[in-house]
Amino acid sequence: MTAVLAPGTTRTTSKQALGVHFSGLGRSFGAAGSRRAVLRDVSVEVEPGEILAILGTSGCGKSTLLRAAAGLDVPDSGEVLIDGTPVSGIDERCAVAFQEPRLLPWHTLQANVAIGLPKSSSASAGKAKVLELLKLVGLDAFAKHRPREVSGGMAQRTSLARALARNPGVLLLDEPFGALDALTRLRMQDLLLDVHSAQPTTVLLVTHDVDEALQLADRILVLGRDDDGHDDAREGSTITELVTVPGARPRDRNSADLGALRSSLLSLLGVTGH
Amino acid sequence: MSSEVGQRAVPISRAGLAAIGSPVTAEDAVGRGDVPAGSGSGARRSTGRRIGIILLGLIVPALLLLGWHLSTASGFFKPSQLPSPASVLAAAVDLVDRGQLATHILISTQRVVLGFLIGSVLGVVAGAVLGLSRVADILLTPTVGALRAVPSLAWVPLLVLWIGINEDSKVTLITIGAFFPVFTTLYLGLRHVDRNLVEAARAFGVNGLRLLTTVQLPAVVPALFSGLRLALAQSWLFLVAAELIASSMGLGFLLVDSQQNGRVDRILLAIILLAIIGKTTDALLGIAERWAVRRWA
Ligand SMILES: Nc1ncnc2c1ncn2[C@@H]1O[C@H](COP(=O)(O)OP(=O)(O)O)[C@@H](O)[C@H]1O
Ligand SMILES: [Mg+2]
Repeated sequence: MTAVLAPGTTRTTSKQALGVHFSGLGRSFGAAGSRRAVLRDVSVEVEPGEILAILGTSGCGKSTLLRAAAGLDVPDSGEVLIDGTPVSGIDERCAVAFQEPRLLPWHTLQANVAIGLPKSSSASAGKAKVLELLKLVGLDAFAKHRPREVSGGMAQRTSLARALARNPGVLLLDEPFGALDALTRLRMQDLLLDVHSAQPTTVLLVTHDVDEALQLADRILVLGRDDDGHDDAREGSTITELVTVPGARPRDRNSADLGALRSSLLSLLGVTGH
Repeated sequence: MSSEVGQRAVPISRAGLAAIGSPVTAEDAVGRGDVPAGSGSGARRSTGRRIGIILLGLIVPALLLLGWHLSTASGFFKPSQLPSPASVLAAAVDLVDRGQLATHILISTQRVVLGFLIGSVLGVVAGAVLGLSRVADILLTPTVGALRAVPSLAWVPLLVLWIGINEDSKVTLITIGAFFPVFTTLYLGLRHVDRNLVEAARAFGVNGLRLLTTVQLPAVVPALFSGLRLALAQSWLFLVAAELIASSMGLGFLLVDSQQNGRVDRILLAIILLAIIGKTTDALLGIAERWAVRRWA
């Protein structure tokens, strides 16, 4: 895997990583009268080049938060600033790997990854980059296959390659490894770190896996209901915890620091007994 | 369809797995398992099977022909009621000798092909515009729905007065018949394209015409082809209607003319020819459909 990133491989010069600022973000869904808040008062500053993991229970609004950053969804209140300028409409500084692969069934994996290429890239450089990315995610032998001819995990890796093809300033990953088996997940986590160190980009990584967050992230943000201590338990998720993960990567999974952090994160997510 | 693709995929993916060596994981093995197993001779076997299926489909027509022959040969039907297969064949040979049969067939086919092509193109354009643009949808869909509610033969008097009794009015009627199935299936298909796919493409900056050609149109190819096949059937229906009403050539004309002259043999000949030509054109479209679905679905 790392061999692919060795000096000498062609890599188009990277854009720089961009900072992301969520400022007082709020979002509700539903018809007028029965609107239900999903997110409220989400404010956080993500540094350029940082890997921020976003943890939260299912349905707490993690995907909604990412969609706001990508410009796929418009918040009701607040805004998202990327590199200081507000997101309005689809933002080409971002690339998304969705929770589902969302590949075009009538295209080969190679053509699907090519969808992610920035508009400016030339045909030959684009093709070389696509093949390089397919190699990176271990799918170069499957370049000419259709999505339905490969497994769900392979499709998910293709989706990751498509996002990387964009060479984004901000990489938005919505539970990208959730569908992978344990072994492939570990390899993809390493791959993400390789890509991140070779090509500067800010990463927002939604995950439900506390250990994944502990291994990959600089900081971990927990989204959840902030209703303890208030008598007026308000609707919608907000940031209930934002911690810096101690130690440089790669981290020792068995260190005491991480163990304590893991327990406190799990209890924030409502998992007790650790 | 998918199983054929799967069968082809197996040998390739096995070679592929060997080629990439270390990156193979348990999860890749799942992928290999996903692909339906098939033998290398799959393609040859399926051609053989298809020919077999076609032959089986000919059993019933052959039995009908035999029953027809027996019922006329035994004198159960009088020749004036139901002529024998041999005399229908003789009527065909007679028309060929007079140089008329080819003319009837060609002019009818030409009308159908023209009307079907024009109607399909208009149906694709209208279906795409109304299926993709909210504004056009809101403005135009009620009107198009009302036009569709008019039984198409009701247009005949208007077409005759406006265009006259000529090729144009016949082709126009067939165009109307072909338009609505294509329009309706494409319009509904475009409304139901997977929103997630469209959103993913838009997230990568694909929009406008490129979104239409890379995501929306490929997604509706199967629906479009079922619309086209309906449209072709409608075209033959409207051809006969147009030719029954006013014409001096064509299979529909052969039907009315033979009715007036009491030539039941020629009527049967025209019906059999319509069945054969209609089935043939549908089969050709079916081949195009199979190719397109394999390419895009
Ligand atoms: N477009 C939408 N319309 C209505 N409700 C939505 C929409 N998108 C998300 N929601 C609701 O918002 C909540 C959070 O969704 P989501 O962000 O997908 O959660 P997560 O990704 O954390 O599992 C869910 O209850 C979901 O039903
Ligand atoms: Mg989600």
